[in-house]
Amino acid sequence: MTTIPLREVNVATVRDAIEQLCLDANYVAADDVRAAFARAAEREVAKLGQRVLLQLLDNMTIAAGERVPMCQDTGTVVVFASIGQDVHFVGGSLRDAINDGVRRAYTAGYLRASMVARPIGTRSNTRDNTPAVLHLDIVEGSDVELIVFAKGGGAENMSRMCMLTPGDGLDGVKDFVIETVEIAGPNACPPVIVGVGVGGTFDSVGTLAKLSLARQVGSENPDPELAALEAELLQRINALGIGPHGFGGRTTALAVHVAIAPTHIASLPVAVNLQCGPAARVRRLVI
Amino acid sequence: MWPGCARAPTGHLRMDEQLVRLRAPLTDDVLRTVRAGDAVVFDGVIYTGRDAAHARLAALLARGEPLPIDLTGQVIYYVGPAPPRPGQPIGSAGPTTSGRMDRYTPALYAAGLKATIGKGHRSPEVLAALVEHCGIYLAAVGGSGALLARTVVRADVVAFADLGPEAIYRLEVHSFPAIVVNDIYGADLYADARRRYRIAPDAEG
Ligand code: SF4
Repeated sequence: MTTIPLREVNVATVRDAIEQLCLDANYVAADDVRAAFARAAEREVAKLGQRVLLQLLDNMTIAAGERVPMCQDTGTVVVFASIGQDVHFVGGSLRDAINDGVRRAYTAGYLRASMVARPIGTRSNTRDNTPAVLHLDIVEGSDVELIVFAKGGGAENMSRMCMLTPGDGLDGVKDFVIETVEIAGPNACPPVIVGVGVGGTFDSVGTLAKLSLARQVGSENPDPELAALEAELLQRINALGIGPHGFGGRTTALAVHVAIAPTHIASLPVAVNLQCGPAARVRRLVI
Repeated sequence: MWPGCARAPTGHLRMDEQLVRLRAPLTDDVLRTVRAGDAVVFDGVIYTGRDAAHARLAALLARGEPLPIDLTGQVIYYVGPAPPRPGQPIGSAGPTTSGRMDRYTPALYAAGLKATIGKGHRSPEVLAALVEHCGIYLAAVGGSGALLARTVVRADVVAFADLGPEAIYRLEVHSFPAIVVNDIYGADLYADARRRYRIAPDAEG
């Protein structure tokens, strides 16, 4: 019998990584997002809509140059950590280290603290944007993969989920997605990226939708059936006319990402997690 | 007969490039010239206020007590800025969702407020108050907080300092850009724009 040596990872490494990812996500628009905006600005037919897209591109340049957040809502930090089963963490609590990374970024980095400790009652601010929402997964190997979102409240508030039934079928799913974007209108700061989860259970479908937002904007879904569905949904959404910031136009969404999971014979859960394009802040790092 | 303070409009929705400069205190005469879809820039003073400050203003009005700022002809911007870097007057400062302020807003227009700036839809009650009291609602582009902060020359707390970033700030701005969504004539850019750019499902082929 051979024993696989454990890889030791100091939680301070994770803390520092989280801090850097939070800062970077808030100050600098990712290449894929910026490119999607540039493409949209070229194509947008509405003058006012085009003006909005250009203003948002300018904003990205200013934020990166001055190291200030692109948006004042610097978001809830949502961390997906996939931990190889051959990893052994040393140096303290992993959860504390992740929250320490968030605390450092948000206090030293001039980011807004937007978390309240109790959602009802006092709603007092925790003052350092902790705690992060943490999804932990154990996978094979000895890597630690971190996906970090700084998720703004405006688009999150316009996200919806529904327990459809199998009879509602694919058309039911499509209509629910379109309806969600239509209801959100200007409130979600369009152009949006639409994360759709289908399948699983009540609790898992929202996570599926959120994780789909970590995909590169403009990337092709490897599943041809889903790729076709994404293309159709994107076309229907951009035919709504909402346009950049709701001022009218053909750029209401930059992309639609659909992720699916096995589900119960009686169920068809669907969740739509909206991501505002102007503050699409997601970073991935393997340590 | 036109509702509220409106007179017969002289043109149709202007979705073109023209830029109107506005400076508080705003008068009815000035507001008669702006239309839904106009791109405007503000110079001079605008006040900030969001959820907590609005709750306090509404409570004062309900009790018939004086407000800490004179709202006559003024502008309120719905924003909760990020903390400033040293040497900057304000951190990233884009609009927050206006709908959360809807329940407090009609009373403020009745008290003399002339314009609010935020993002997203307003309630039917707010839209009615705009026409009744000759006020306008504008949107700043959500997610462009770094750019908008650059137009702020100075920021001072003038009321409810205990609320931190939610206190009322007096901002001095230069060329702060916004788009008129609802004018005094009852026009609604969000609704009109959607109608104008919508592609009917049948027309898609
Ligand atoms: S929805 Fe996004 S872009 Fe709009 S204010 Fe919130 S975080 Fe910023």
